[in-house]
Amino acid sequence: MSNFLAKRLLFSASVLFALSLFVFLLFYIAPGDPARVIAGDKATELQLVQIRSNLGLDRPIYEQYLQFVGKALQGDLGFSYRSQQPVAKLIVTRIPATVSLVIGGVIFWLLIGIPIGIMSARDPGGWRDRLGQTIILVGLSFPTFVLGMLSLYVFYFLPRQAGFTLFPPGGYAPFLKDPLIWAWHLVLPWTTLALVTAAIYARLTRGNLLQVMGEDYIRTARAKGLSERAVLLRHGLRSTLTPLVTQLGADIAFLLGGAIVIEQIYGLQGVGALAVQAVQNQDRPIIIGVVMLGGLFIVITNIVVDLLYAVLDPRIRH
Amino acid sequence: MSATMTEEPAAGTVVQRSPFALTIRRFRRDRASLVALVFIGFLVIFAACAPLIETAMGHSPIEQYRDTGLSDMGLPVAPNVEFPLGTDHLGRDVLVRLAYGARVSLLVGVFASLAASLIGLVVGVVAGYVGGAIDMVLSRVMDLVMSVPFLLCALALVSVFGPSLELSVSVIVFFSWTTVGRVIRAEVSSLRRREFIEASRSLGAGPLSIMIRDILPNLSVPILIYTTMMIPSSVVFEATLSFLGLGIVPPTPSWGGMLADAAGNSIYLVAWWLVIFPGTALLLTTLAFNILGDGLRDALDPRSAPARISRFKKKSRQAGRG
Amino acid sequence: MPVLEVRNLTINLPTEDGIVQAARDVSFEVEQGEFFGIAGESGSGKSVLTQAIMGLLPNAEMTGEIRFQGVDLLTRTPSQIREIRGAKIGMIFQDPLSSLNPYYTIGSQITEMIHTHERVSRLVAKRRAIEMLERVGISNAASRFDSYPHQFSGGMRQRVMIAMAVVLGPPLLIADEPTTALDVTVQQQIISLINEMRRERGTTVVMITHDLALLASVADHVMVMYAGQRMEIGRSEALFAEPAHPYTAGLLKSSPAHYTPGSALVPIPGRPPSLIDLPAGCAFRARCADAREPCTRSPPLRLFDDGTQSLCWLEAAPQREMPAQPTITVPADTEKTHIRPARVIEALDVRLTYHFGGFFKASHSLDVLKGIDLELYKGETLGLVGESGCGKSTFARVLAGLIPATSGSVTFEGHDLSTLTHRQWREMRKRVQLVFQDPFGSLNPRRRVSSIIGEPLRIHGIGSGSDRKRAVQGLMETVGLNPEHYNRFPAEFSGGQRQRIGIARALALHPELIIFDEPVSALDVSIQAQVLNLMRQLQTDLNLTYLFISHDLAVVRHVCDHIAVMKNGRIVELADAESIYTNPQDPYTRELIAASFHEPRGGTTGKRRLVTAHAEGIA
Repeated sequence: MSNFLAKRLLFSASVLFALSLFVFLLFYIAPGDPARVIAGDKATELQLVQIRSNLGLDRPIYEQYLQFVGKALQGDLGFSYRSQQPVAKLIVTRIPATVSLVIGGVIFWLLIGIPIGIMSARDPGGWRDRLGQTIILVGLSFPTFVLGMLSLYVFYFLPRQAGFTLFPPGGYAPFLKDPLIWAWHLVLPWTTLALVTAAIYARLTRGNLLQVMGEDYIRTARAKGLSERAVLLRHGLRSTLTPLVTQLGADIAFLLGGAIVIEQIYGLQGVGALAVQAVQNQDRPIIIGVVMLGGLFIVITNIVVDLLYAVLDPRIRH
Repeated sequence: MSATMTEEPAAGTVVQRSPFALTIRRFRRDRASLVALVFIGFLVIFAACAPLIETAMGHSPIEQYRDTGLSDMGLPVAPNVEFPLGTDHLGRDVLVRLAYGARVSLLVGVFASLAASLIGLVVGVVAGYVGGAIDMVLSRVMDLVMSVPFLLCALALVSVFGPSLELSVSVIVFFSWTTVGRVIRAEVSSLRRREFIEASRSLGAGPLSIMIRDILPNLSVPILIYTTMMIPSSVVFEATLSFLGLGIVPPTPSWGGMLADAAGNSIYLVAWWLVIFPGTALLLTTLAFNILGDGLRDALDPRSAPARISRFKKKSRQAGRG
Repeated sequence: MPVLEVRNLTINLPTEDGIVQAARDVSFEVEQGEFFGIAGESGSGKSVLTQAIMGLLPNAEMTGEIRFQGVDLLTRTPSQIREIRGAKIGMIFQDPLSSLNPYYTIGSQITEMIHTHERVSRLVAKRRAIEMLERVGISNAASRFDSYPHQFSGGMRQRVMIAMAVVLGPPLLIADEPTTALDVTVQQQIISLINEMRRERGTTVVMITHDLALLASVADHVMVMYAGQRMEIGRSEALFAEPAHPYTAGLLKSSPAHYTPGSALVPIPGRPPSLIDLPAGCAFRARCADAREPCTRSPPLRLFDDGTQSLCWLEAAPQREMPAQPTITVPADTEKTHIRPARVIEALDVRLTYHFGGFFKASHSLDVLKGIDLELYKGETLGLVGESGCGKSTFARVLAGLIPATSGSVTFEGHDLSTLTHRQWREMRKRVQLVFQDPFGSLNPRRRVSSIIGEPLRIHGIGSGSDRKRAVQGLMETVGLNPEHYNRFPAEFSGGQRQRIGIARALALHPELIIFDEPVSALDVSIQAQVLNLMRQLQTDLNLTYLFISHDLAVVRHVCDHIAVMKNGRIVELADAESIYTNPQDPYTRELIAASFHEPRGGTTGKRRLVTAHAEGIA
């Protein structure tokens, strides 16, 4: 098992390495002069040289890369070209919104997706399965931003026209100030995120359950005289946990790096929104920082998922 | 020839249907897939006829009809005789733009999926068949690509190279091929262990001959299914990129871009047609391809589908004499 | 009162292709404490029958009665049947690996059984589970309680399954092919264990198997099923000594264990009918040597005075043409030793070692072959016998030049394999051919039979177009296939026919040596005999040399001149077939022989008399 974990750790490290190399090289070979972005159009040649030397842009590429990695490891991601503030600090202020969105979303989509998958798998070919499959297909096909726009129209705009405010159009309210207001602001983003993601989990649950329910050990469980419910929950669902955890890890990691579309639609000032603004402003250090943060989240969730594997699957544990 | 060497007589009169006939039979019973197929057919015609629609309507997809296409207050015009699907915030014809946008969506969806499938197929077959160190390297590369935050990387790429159709397609292909690659790799490495591959090897067939003649035909089903299923996600991927302003460059019409225009300044709150028409088109397109993919999978790979036998329920339980 | 009484049970299973008539009008009784055997080939409906008894067929349409301890299970509600399952009827399945849940410890899987039916404390349940595990022969049961299924060997897992099935002391134990997935030597232990459980606890046992011979030594009564019907039922001694139904007789005649080695087997021709579209009249008619005009109508049920019942038109039991039990003959082929035929292959101290290792774990190696010497002469058949994992298949591939040996030498027709050039190696492919075990896996499902059989010709560039087609059709005829079927896909053939296709492919290049890797172990007994006869015929006609790999000593003894017994990568004994059988030297050989030949229980019945014959009520 330690062998398995060591391998996975090495892989996680290589993800970070590849990402750092990717963003670094990308911006190194990129056209455009960062110094000019910082100094503005009216800067003199001397000013530009000074800025380049300050940023280390005049040194050889590998030195720059090592410097970049070394600083990044200490949490120093440089300064924003625009606001001149430290990138790390800018990102940290954005994390609460993103994390809030993801936590609620995860809970919602698990609560929606897994029961639909179970319902579907319990009655293969029957009307409940067909209903479940229809929900899954529609959910899988709904582009996030279309659903987001529609729900804003229905749950914010229509009530407002009728004269009352059902949900706010967006924005983020800190949890610590008032949890209720926090949740009220997040209900629409949560449900939007959950609805489009739940379909994946429903399909995964259904597919795995159907496969597992055909296994010989399910027949053994039935031959023991267990109720169908116990067979399904104790023996069937148990085996689908591993693929569910895998998917969950990937989704959480991906979203923590910025739930870009949802944040954009609901005006949530999260990490993803920061990245989009940075692209519009050509603010490279922020983009680099966000990508590296995304990589870090992937590595962390990978490790957690691997530990969970070992807990879940006795064949890995031994 | 002795009596013991005669062939076993055919059993009963059950018709041995060929696999192809069985597939067609199963598929034709799947009404949802047929509807999806018809819809996709109409969509293709719609996209192909975009210039015809342009001529018929007399509106260019990019021209702004400020006189007829915008109200006095400068707001978009609701669907009417001149603009059957209304106009957008710049007074452009939504119907014509929708038709041209369909071209972008279909082209990007189909082309990116085909390219990604091809890459995935080649990598998957090589990794699965050759095995060993090459397999390990290729598999790790696939893992790596899969665990990269693709939307963030797309952001980074666009910020450097600027948005374009080519970049969109490349980004989609780059982050999609791994799905097929993984499936094909798993399939090939289990096929490789099958005895008929060993049989070919023991007959003296070379690796290339085995890959092409023995393995490839057995991959046609997963390739077809996964390529079909990749089309809707490519369409959504492209639309998402355009929605974020990272995909198709305006004023070229694309569904994602149209929705982005609608979302900008929240104009869609007063002009529902700006979100309903492109949104529905996008939803129905992805839905149709998803249904088709599901239907193909059920028809071609019945193992993965549940047996539909619950229509027959226990009718009689009386202990009658047979 | 019988423990289990099945009356006129008919089971129909609706499927996509039509209604499968899995059982038709089946009746039998199992008395308290009895060992009842149900035998039949694949597709005979025997497994469906047991699932019907357990109430595990929710979609089936069933008529008739299944009386368990006097209560008709078909009239019970699902929850009433659940109370019986496990508590009153225990069940053991074929594959002990997949039948145990990999995510739970074996202990918890057994206590789950206890908690489902009894209100006892966890401690009591655990104690009972450990006792039971000890009883079925799991050593250190207390410490193994928390082990997972993958930490046990196949035989041990089946012991765990048995412990689970009998822990609540059910009056009835149903064992569905409990030994099929196990090695022969383990098979015997498991059967003995089941039998012990029966004696100790008075449990009634119903065992389903495709291997009729397996029942000979243990069963009190045997029922033979065919195409969902009960062909014959009777006392075990009577049934084995004097089968009343031609099908039973045919099954017994198909087994090579009953023949003088080398003689032609009498197989049952053809194959079982499809259960979706059963022919009218006797289901066995198409394959029956004694079939006559009345057989087109439903056969009557004949009762004999010894209790045997048979579903057949034959007035008397068919003439007993059982070949004499194999007599021990000293091989008299002095000719052969006189003119020693050419040596085809010679292996000297062949070793094969796999190395594992990587960055993280200490590298280790696995010795698969540990120094094997072997010679094979032209026209001979050499049998390679051993249990799974002994290295016999790997060794065959080393001999065929597909896997290079780590050390030692293999010489084929005078060429050392390790010095072959690529061209020579390709030439060798024509001389050595393989026939595989799995008739489903060894043929590419996406290619037509013509291109499968023609593949060797294509690879080596022999003939083309119509020449090749003619060659393929000739080969199909040689192996007893209809040449008109050359355009079909493998899926359209039965298991036996596919094995013929595999043999035709092996013959295409006129090889010297054919290596058969378990060629008949995936086939039903009656089909097995057909293929074995074909192999024999071809060897005589074409003067081929065979290397025959099998786990079944009875089959090997029947077809081979010499036998090499392999264990753990070594040959423990090598001698001619008869002396291995009559005078085994190695203890392992003796164990194998004991496991492969089942002596029927003593006590033959006298001449039996027909009591009555009544026509069946079924249409």
